[in-house]
Amino acid sequence: MRMPKDAGDALDDEPVPATIEELQPLYRQMLAIRRMEEASAKAYSQGKIGGFLHLIIGQEAVCVGATAALRPDDYVVATYRDHGHAYAKGMTARSMLAELYGKKTGLVKGLGGSMHFFSREHNFLGGHGIVGGHVPIAAGAAFASKYRGDGRVTLCFFGEGASTIGGFAEGLALAGLWKLPVVLICENNQYSMGTPMYRSLAVEDVSMRALAHGMARDRFDGDDVLKVKQRIAIAVERARETNEPTLVEVVTYRFRGHSMSDPGLYRTKEEVEEWKRRDPLGRARSLLVELGAAEADLHALEDDVKAEIADAVGFAESSPVADEYLPYVIKE
Amino acid sequence: MPVISYREALNQAMVEEMDRDPDVFIMGEEVGHYQGAYKVTQGLLQRFSERRVVDTPIAEMGFAGIGVGAAMVGLRPIIEFMTFNFSLVAIDQIVSNAAKIYQMSGGQFWVPIVFRGPSGPAVQVGSQHSQALESFYAHVPGLKVVMPSTAYDAKGLLKTAIRDDNPVVFMEGETLYGTTWEVPEDEYLLPLGKGDIKREGSHVTLVAWSKMVWTCLDAAKVLAEEGIEAEVVDPRTLRPLDTPLIVESVKKTGRCVIVEVGWPHAGFGAEVAYQVQQHALDFLDAPIERVCSDDVPMPYAKNLEIEVQPQVEDVIAAVKRALYLA
Ligand SMILES: Cc1ncc(C[n+]2csc(CCOP(=O)(O)OP(=O)(O)O)c2C)c(N)n1
Repeated sequence: MRMPKDAGDALDDEPVPATIEELQPLYRQMLAIRRMEEASAKAYSQGKIGGFLHLIIGQEAVCVGATAALRPDDYVVATYRDHGHAYAKGMTARSMLAELYGKKTGLVKGLGGSMHFFSREHNFLGGHGIVGGHVPIAAGAAFASKYRGDGRVTLCFFGEGASTIGGFAEGLALAGLWKLPVVLICENNQYSMGTPMYRSLAVEDVSMRALAHGMARDRFDGDDVLKVKQRIAIAVERARETNEPTLVEVVTYRFRGHSMSDPGLYRTKEEVEEWKRRDPLGRARSLLVELGAAEADLHALEDDVKAEIADAVGFAESSPVADEYLPYVIKE
Repeated sequence: MPVISYREALNQAMVEEMDRDPDVFIMGEEVGHYQGAYKVTQGLLQRFSERRVVDTPIAEMGFAGIGVGAAMVGLRPIIEFMTFNFSLVAIDQIVSNAAKIYQMSGGQFWVPIVFRGPSGPAVQVGSQHSQALESFYAHVPGLKVVMPSTAYDAKGLLKTAIRDDNPVVFMEGETLYGTTWEVPEDEYLLPLGKGDIKREGSHVTLVAWSKMVWTCLDAAKVLAEEGIEAEVVDPRTLRPLDTPLIVESVKKTGRCVIVEVGWPHAGFGAEVAYQVQQHALDFLDAPIERVCSDDVPMPYAKNLEIEVQPQVEDVIAAVKRALYLA
């Protein structure tokens, strides 16, 4: 019998060793993502961005910490809530904001929008809008890595709400059966749109699903970006060295609505405020100060981020609108 | 020239393409150790090993999606559905993922994948296992849809489909596997989007694909005895569709009968009829006729199953209506 390497149930709060050198760039990424999301929300309310816009504010430590555990040639597959993952994987705020604005200079030329970020250069395999439908795709990229022996690892992100749909179940089953080098990361933000976990899951521990497939699992809080990096790195190494997949559940919280149209009537202000006290950005910043980072340096970093996002907004605003949609239906 | 079965032709196509390109692999239920539910993959496991001939558990959505992901990063999967009836539980992977990724990614990723397997009504297997689903897939931009009627077409088209950089839905006729045709020993490829005149005639154009080509050829034989020469046009691929070939034939004959084994309502034949009236209205001497299955789920009883589907007599009757002989 294959025994799972079981590190589940450990919602521990053990501190992770931290240095300024390691933490500061991750703090910068998280901050840039937050500022970018805020800028998007503003542009959305001005009618400059249309459609669905799912912000990742509050959850930044998960995509940033996890992606920090990767090599550039590793793959990432994400959901519609993909801005943070794309930025962490190296795409620019300019290309992303331009995409949200539906501009020709956008990451995918104005053809995908918020939910469908892709980048061949960054091995970012989307941005997918059908809940759970991308889990088999991630398993497929991992299948290809194993087929070729190229040593790449695939990270696949999804919400706890996705854990009830068939795409997740089948992707998980096949990744477990065939030992595919994939790390399946459930960003458990505790709500699937307006549905809290207790109304969608019989067992509120998504990582337990790994047990049914002889797969390693892990489960931890997602407000410490260094902890996310450290724990995902273990799973990534397992995938790279042994092709063993891991199901990881990271408990987090989104501060904003599911998408821009959601006023969040299904939860209390107090609950949201309680979680905001555990803001991963605040936590990282305090830790940097504790570690001896100079306030002046942090301010400089924050100004730099502000300028980067302002520049990206300007770029998006001034870019020409998207103007071609025919060339990418059938590849000649 | 050797005469081989449709099944063997498909098998040869896969063997040749897998020999040619190490990135081609096949995945599906019972494709390996069992040698294929319909024996189309016979011998592949022995030749190419488990690495490239991958038996799956029953998880169509999962393995169709694995194919899409693998194709995005450069492999060339052939995904076999035991029958296309089961593709319905994977249709999200085909329609939402395979067909969309090239466009959604602004041209950065494409999906060179073939989804293949038997399709169309079978024999006395009841409504869930006996249906023609080509109209579903032919509706979707970003896909190509291939429906070969002969062993010759099956081989040449499958080889091309495997080399195509787009997702190809390759629907084999479930009742055609045993049919035979001349197939050259030398390698050949047939282009997607080019139809074929299966029989020449001057009085009426019959448009049909897959199994219905055979029904039309049988009907044409009977009609010929009465002095009516039917031209049988087989588009071979429904997307892209060789509209010019169909239109040219109708311009010559002035009459058009479209024969499909699918349901009438919103069936692919309606699109063919639209194209014909759009491009050859002035040449039509009679309204376009359609022959389809009845608008019902497939019954089990043998007599009813036959009654529901287009038969040679139904085609003949439609031709006579088009010629104002009825
Ligand atoms: C198959 C499918 N059903 C429904 C939806 C609509 N929908 C989009 S996101 C969502 C909630 C998903 O929640 P979760 O998986 O927890 O992810 P989160 O949005 O919280 O990140 C729903 C129901 C969809 N996109 N796809």
